[in-house]
Amino acid sequence: MEQYYDLTPLLNLIHTWLCGWMPEWLALTLEGIVVGVFILIMYAVLAIILIYMERKVCAAFQCRIGPNRVGGKGGLLQVPADVIKILTKEIITLKNADRFLYNLAPFLVILASILTFSCLPWNKGGEILHMNIGIFFVLAASSIGVLGILLAGWSSNSKYTLIGAVRSGAMIISYELSIGICVLTMVVLSGTMDIQAIVANQADGWNLFKGHIIAIAAFIIYLIAGNAEANRGPFDLAEAEQELTAGYHTEYSGMHFGFFYLAEYLNLFITAGIATTLFLGGWMPLHISGLDGFNQVMDFIPGVVWFVGKTFAVVFLLMWIRWTFPRLRIDQVLTLEWKYLMPVSLVVLLLMTVCKVFGLVF
Amino acid sequence: MELIEKIKKTAPDATVSENGEPVVSVSAQELHQVAEALYADSEHPMDYLRDIVGMDWGETGLGALYLLESTRTGHRIILKTVTADREQAFLPTVSDLWKTALIKEREVFDFFGIRFLNHPDMRRIFLREDWKGYPLRKDYDMNSNPLNMENEVNADITDEYFLKPDGTIADKKNIVFDQKDFVVNIGPQHPSTHGVLRMRTSLDGENICKVDPILGYIHRGIEKLNESLTYPQTLALTDRLDYLSAHQNRHALCMCIEKAAGIEISERAQYIRTIMDELQRIDSHLLFYSCLVMDMGGLTPFFYGFREREMILDIFEETTGGRLIQNYNMIGGVQADIHPTFCTKVKEFIAHLRSVIKDYHDIFTGNVIARTRLQGVGILSREDAISLGCTGGTGRASGWANDVRKHHPYALYDKVDFKEITYTEGDSFARYMVRMDEIMESCHIIEQLIDNIPAGEYKVKTKPILKLPEGVFTSSVETSRGEFDVVLESHGDKTPYRLHYRSTGMPLVHAMDTVCRGQKIADLIAIGGTLDFVIPDIDR
Repeated sequence: MEQYYDLTPLLNLIHTWLCGWMPEWLALTLEGIVVGVFILIMYAVLAIILIYMERKVCAAFQCRIGPNRVGGKGGLLQVPADVIKILTKEIITLKNADRFLYNLAPFLVILASILTFSCLPWNKGGEILHMNIGIFFVLAASSIGVLGILLAGWSSNSKYTLIGAVRSGAMIISYELSIGICVLTMVVLSGTMDIQAIVANQADGWNLFKGHIIAIAAFIIYLIAGNAEANRGPFDLAEAEQELTAGYHTEYSGMHFGFFYLAEYLNLFITAGIATTLFLGGWMPLHISGLDGFNQVMDFIPGVVWFVGKTFAVVFLLMWIRWTFPRLRIDQVLTLEWKYLMPVSLVVLLLMTVCKVFGLVF
Repeated sequence: MELIEKIKKTAPDATVSENGEPVVSVSAQELHQVAEALYADSEHPMDYLRDIVGMDWGETGLGALYLLESTRTGHRIILKTVTADREQAFLPTVSDLWKTALIKEREVFDFFGIRFLNHPDMRRIFLREDWKGYPLRKDYDMNSNPLNMENEVNADITDEYFLKPDGTIADKKNIVFDQKDFVVNIGPQHPSTHGVLRMRTSLDGENICKVDPILGYIHRGIEKLNESLTYPQTLALTDRLDYLSAHQNRHALCMCIEKAAGIEISERAQYIRTIMDELQRIDSHLLFYSCLVMDMGGLTPFFYGFREREMILDIFEETTGGRLIQNYNMIGGVQADIHPTFCTKVKEFIAHLRSVIKDYHDIFTGNVIARTRLQGVGILSREDAISLGCTGGTGRASGWANDVRKHHPYALYDKVDFKEITYTEGDSFARYMVRMDEIMESCHIIEQLIDNIPAGEYKVKTKPILKLPEGVFTSSVETSRGEFDVVLESHGDKTPYRLHYRSTGMPLVHAMDTVCRGQKIADLIAIGGTLDFVIPDIDR
């Protein structure tokens, strides 16, 4: 049924058409440029949507209205206006900073974010980077981000940023373990590292349901660790505005700061997107066995809508957590990971492997 | 008084002046012995040093008043000591008995130039280190310090003066921060120091080794200003001290002046003052909740506190015209009668607060992160709390029953029924719970009064220019964050000779070092939040 919305034939058609009147290398280059620009635009648009959503969601939690002036009743143009403002702001340079690393750091952060972003399976045939070790690539690419954060904190030559960077380094490196193990659990369940194949495997049921309680445990651990990876509350101690003013990006201004800000929001989306892919069936529609009419209706909703819808549901969940909990302390964060999450996730991995070997999963 | 007899035994030359409050004068040589004897007294151990008030008596010399209190019996006594030498003014330190003297004596040194012998850290505390002269002296030249645009460099070395056996005075150097210490400036511009407080903090990784508060970034010289203002004019500045205890501060000063001038205020005014004080306390504690939660990174509960506080501010605005700073108490009563809807609004507010306070506890008090961040963190023992003079909720969280409303009742507090909230843990969580419980207790007090406000005048007529009789007068109230004392010395003029306020926050800031050592940076912020200081009150 999802065949209606499969993008592969259309993309192949375009490719063949282009190759018809230009050499293949040129066609590939052109396609690459178009896709690259498309990713960047998507990235910016999604960031604007997410920032707007965050403002409205947190306003709702905080008994406020949120943006409501710029651009009519809903304040829809508030975020675009902010984007224009930040684009025109001066980028200050620090006197005693390591100039090269200071300027490089935001780009590393945004690079990691965009690379990971490109791997998300938007639709059937709608992936941008496709490789048979896709999920492994996601883990590898997302690790570059912490390098940017460490460099930003170190090169600013400020005590506050340094403390923020060291906190962030300690935290992100720790939580990557849990994320890796949770992802591995799902790889064991699916039997593949290919992102599209993981999604395709969930045509007969989402991994969250296939893997019983083990998958649910992995999902919860993933959400906690993913929240930490995205540097968001209650794990936002790298920024900890009440302690370190703005943590590792205290000394950045203008669009350099904007890159950190963008990356933070997109990392939230990516975390949620990977959670959707691994646990919630990616772009697969919701099916309930026995209700054929219902299932058919669901099939008519395009995959991209399913994917974005599920992802935003997870994003909302993460926002809910952020706006409810106070911040953890660095030693508590590390205790949580090394004493609880990591051992539990190892047990989850072991159980999942046993279940898979003995065919105890659906 | 038998205490005075005991002092006379230690210091036979001690004299008692009976103008206003009894003040026992002892010579500088005997001061420390007398202090020791009082501290160790079997019946009324004077273990709580309320304040040290620096004084300039012109020809007579420089000196200080020591306000002492026994936490066991509530007895109070005022010691006075003078040193005649204005150029080389020295007094013995009492910081070995009461730790709070460590910071109070620095204040006296800063403003009067009295050096304290054996005090380990004789640096200026409010003013720049390169400041010339001592501004609260009567002969201070106002033009001696033109605007200085140079950066201030803080010395890492401090002086200690001591008496050599041959009777001469020598000094030695003490180290505040070592060259190797990793010193981070927290403040004066920092999101969670609640104002322009600066704490030089030396760190070992995330752990705190030492906190050295540097004050004075919002010092306005209110005590100096007071000396040239008539009594009704001095009232205007009290609201600007601790702006979250505006009513209570002004209440204290009005009480002090009324006591000195012998003005009896009407029952109605007493009711209004008490209700306003308690509303102010709820206001302050709601803000405490908001700020503490925000300091710990929880932004949503912040708005809860502000939502309810807004209702109090609206009530204030209707009656007084002011929201943060109301200027409502006057000598002889209050400025205006209460608004016709005041009582209904207050009752509505209390009913509303009682219904929503559960949300506060649901979202924060019961939260597992909040509990682990607060419980067992930043413990202040009862002995330290008393020695450091940490009054108010901070002291009560450590088990020190110090509520002025209970132990030295004023206004209507001896007529209403209320509990003094005390906890024994002394950690951040206890400090938090004290305030949360006090909100409910304040509601309880208001409920007892609001329906019974008697008819009558809200203000008795007073002369526009008031002259107070000679003498020292004091009054103390329980503000939102501790004991606030007014010490007024009158020489019979229409302006005070000296008008000093006990800062409720200064001992709390001083306690930061004791409480924070060994904790994490994040705890420093949370502890600062639970100690609940307001900077303009410290700097005055």
